[in-house]
Amino acid sequence: MASVCFYFQVHQPFRLRRYSVFDSAANYFDEFRNAEICRKVASKCYLPTNRVLLDLVRQYGRDFAVSFSITGVALEQFELWAPEVIQSFQALVDTGQVELLAETYYHSLSFLYSREEFREQVAAHSAKMAEVFGVRPTVFRNTELIYNNDLGHFIQGMGYQGVLAEGADHILGYRSPNFVYRPIGADRISLLLKNYRLSDDIAFRFSDRGWAEWPLTAEKFAGWVNQVNGNGYVVNLFMDYETFGEHQWVDSGIFDFLYHVPEHVLKHPDNNFMTPSQVVRTYAPVAELDIPHMISWADVERDLSAWLGNAMQSNALHELYRLEEQVKKKGDPQLLHDWRCLQTSDHFYYMCTKWFADGDVHKYFNPYESPYDSYINFMNVLDNLRTRLRR
Amino acid sequence: MLGWEFPPFISGGLGTACYGLSKALSDLGTEVLFVLPRGVVEQHLGRVQVFSAREKGRGRTHTYWTVKGLEHVRLIPVASGLTPYLTEEEYASERLQESQQVGRTATQAGAEVPASPVNLPTSLGLSSVPPIYAGDLMAEVHRYARVVADLARQSDFDIIHAHDWMTFPAALAVAAMSGKPLVAHIHSTEFDRSGANVNQQVYDIERAGLHGARKIICVSRLTQGVVTSRYGVPVAKCRVIHNAITVNGDPIHHPVERIEKDDKIVLFVGRITMQKGPEYFLAAAKKVLEVMDNVKFVMAGSGDMIRRMIELAAAMGIGHRVTFTGFLHGGDLDRVFQMADLYVMPSVSEPFGLAPLEALSHDVPVLISKQSGVSEVLMHALKVDFWDIHEMANKIIAVLRHPPLRKTLREHGAFEVRKFSWADAGKACMDVYSEVVGARR
Repeated sequence: MASVCFYFQVHQPFRLRRYSVFDSAANYFDEFRNAEICRKVASKCYLPTNRVLLDLVRQYGRDFAVSFSITGVALEQFELWAPEVIQSFQALVDTGQVELLAETYYHSLSFLYSREEFREQVAAHSAKMAEVFGVRPTVFRNTELIYNNDLGHFIQGMGYQGVLAEGADHILGYRSPNFVYRPIGADRISLLLKNYRLSDDIAFRFSDRGWAEWPLTAEKFAGWVNQVNGNGYVVNLFMDYETFGEHQWVDSGIFDFLYHVPEHVLKHPDNNFMTPSQVVRTYAPVAELDIPHMISWADVERDLSAWLGNAMQSNALHELYRLEEQVKKKGDPQLLHDWRCLQTSDHFYYMCTKWFADGDVHKYFNPYESPYDSYINFMNVLDNLRTRLRR
Repeated sequence: MLGWEFPPFISGGLGTACYGLSKALSDLGTEVLFVLPRGVVEQHLGRVQVFSAREKGRGRTHTYWTVKGLEHVRLIPVASGLTPYLTEEEYASERLQESQQVGRTATQAGAEVPASPVNLPTSLGLSSVPPIYAGDLMAEVHRYARVVADLARQSDFDIIHAHDWMTFPAALAVAAMSGKPLVAHIHSTEFDRSGANVNQQVYDIERAGLHGARKIICVSRLTQGVVTSRYGVPVAKCRVIHNAITVNGDPIHHPVERIEKDDKIVLFVGRITMQKGPEYFLAAAKKVLEVMDNVKFVMAGSGDMIRRMIELAAAMGIGHRVTFTGFLHGGDLDRVFQMADLYVMPSVSEPFGLAPLEALSHDVPVLISKQSGVSEVLMHALKVDFWDIHEMANKIIAVLRHPPLRKTLREHGAFEVRKFSWADAGKACMDVYSEVVGARR
């Protein structure tokens, strides 16, 4: 049996505007740019890909399923600037073949800094899902697939049945990501691991003409899925939704590829498509997995170094979370929302100096010329937020 | 190779660059015959030891100097009053001052340098040329060309490599005489030095040199842009070879304790001239001081705008927060770097800009103008448009306020600066040489 489990991450941060030390207004976000990017990605990726998926669901009915995690901040931006995106996701969810996952509303690193704040953000996200889509998620994925044993246990305590993580080589060793695992010591929660090779074949290598397997056809890909048959149950394909049409452009053939994947995968009678909660219900965990250190799906390191790799990043995060108690005491909803929007992991990702000299992936929609500019801007905003606390 | 300055006869970045490049070429086994105007000012006997020797060549004896560590480089000083970065007016006034000092200077230098420079012109067969010349800079440039052409007749070489415009007439003369290919190396153009007020004579010389050269080495893409757009040189003739820096080879160290001080120190190092943007530095300083008060701004350097800058600082009401140190030498410069929290290079036009690399090698974070060649290659630096004093102040304040920013800039900068190697520049230069020599055969 090989069950293909697609999960797509949908996220757009509220990017900050240029905020100098001489600025004093309490509006921190670059509305123009955020609206522009939101509309652009909507028309290049979200809307056309949703159309393909809706087509596939209509065509294959119960034989085809996918899952999404949509951040609260992304939804807020759709509401503001591209409401048709929400309607198109609603249409997908209404088919019953599309599952929504839980995460932090603000796509934050709050689990690392404040369990209380983390719990509140997960709850806020769940409430938003119920409000917009009428469903409550039962499987959790943390920001950027950041995971360790503690997270597994904490999420189990919050009543979730499953949690997603990166199938990092240094964690798995000889083991395969194509089984369901259980966090060590846990008893009611399953761990789904990303098959990063097959996922990255689509997300990163699809249009790479230097790649030996280029061009990747749905048929060839289905062949790789079939190879899992007999030594695994699931093929977890986890990726950013922006893969379709944005990271991989339409002329790379990515939409045709997606459109034809079900046809070729389903040719093999033992294959099917499942959502994460179906996987959790169908397959029992085969073993416990001990992951004491934080892992993530970012960069080759698969650790926290993309957000916490230098002194600026850790300083900015500490200074931000240090304000939690004061912000909450203040009881100003706008202030709380601003503070939480600053928690979005992208702000810290922009400050990453790893590979900066080589000009790398961190460039994607990065509004800054350098990690230093990003830190300076962030700290200026934070400074202003602090003055609002004193008022 | 025809240049202007070479350590220890140095007044700016050009000498440092010539030294670095010559050393790299020497390490690659290339024989370099470095002809430079000796000048009369030899008081800066610095880190490079100079030895003299004689050789017999084509029946004539001439004197050359060798420099420790540069096995294949021979320095041939010719009597000339040329120094770089001079305008004609400055040239005239400096000549006047030097003529009053020369006796003493020559004796002092003679005591320290084995080959008495006073004897050099004689041994070069140029005794007819008086050591002090009246006249203007242009005449001097052409006189230098004549002397170098004489010298070239007695020497063997394959390529003529000329640094900046003052050597171009000489280089063109030698090229015409010998038929050897000319490589012009552009460290700065008249547009960098003078803005829009271009000296037509200088421009004409530059243009002739660039068009007469087989290949042109530019110190940055910025400079290549000027060379192609302002001098009508085809881009195919140009190669960009960025400057580098010689790091002392010590392991990277991050000083835990800086010199104890109450004030934060922001540093400007360079000639105080239009090209270096000193007034933008002061304007930013004024804005910084509106927000913070424990900051000192140090301007190290001299230049034709220094008096105006002192007056400007006073007029802005920040005179007590700005210190003018004048030109600083080795040890003093090291000390001021050790005290600095940030180095700022607000240049209006900077073909390359070695100083930020020097600051980084002293573990000082840098804020540099985007209008500089070095900003093309240096990633771990803060960058700003020179005219954007608001943003300049914003960044200065951030560096002074946030130690993690300083730390990250310093750590990455210290690694990055070690990637700028003269050995690489030397190899790139050799590639240019083989192109021009190959093209001839």
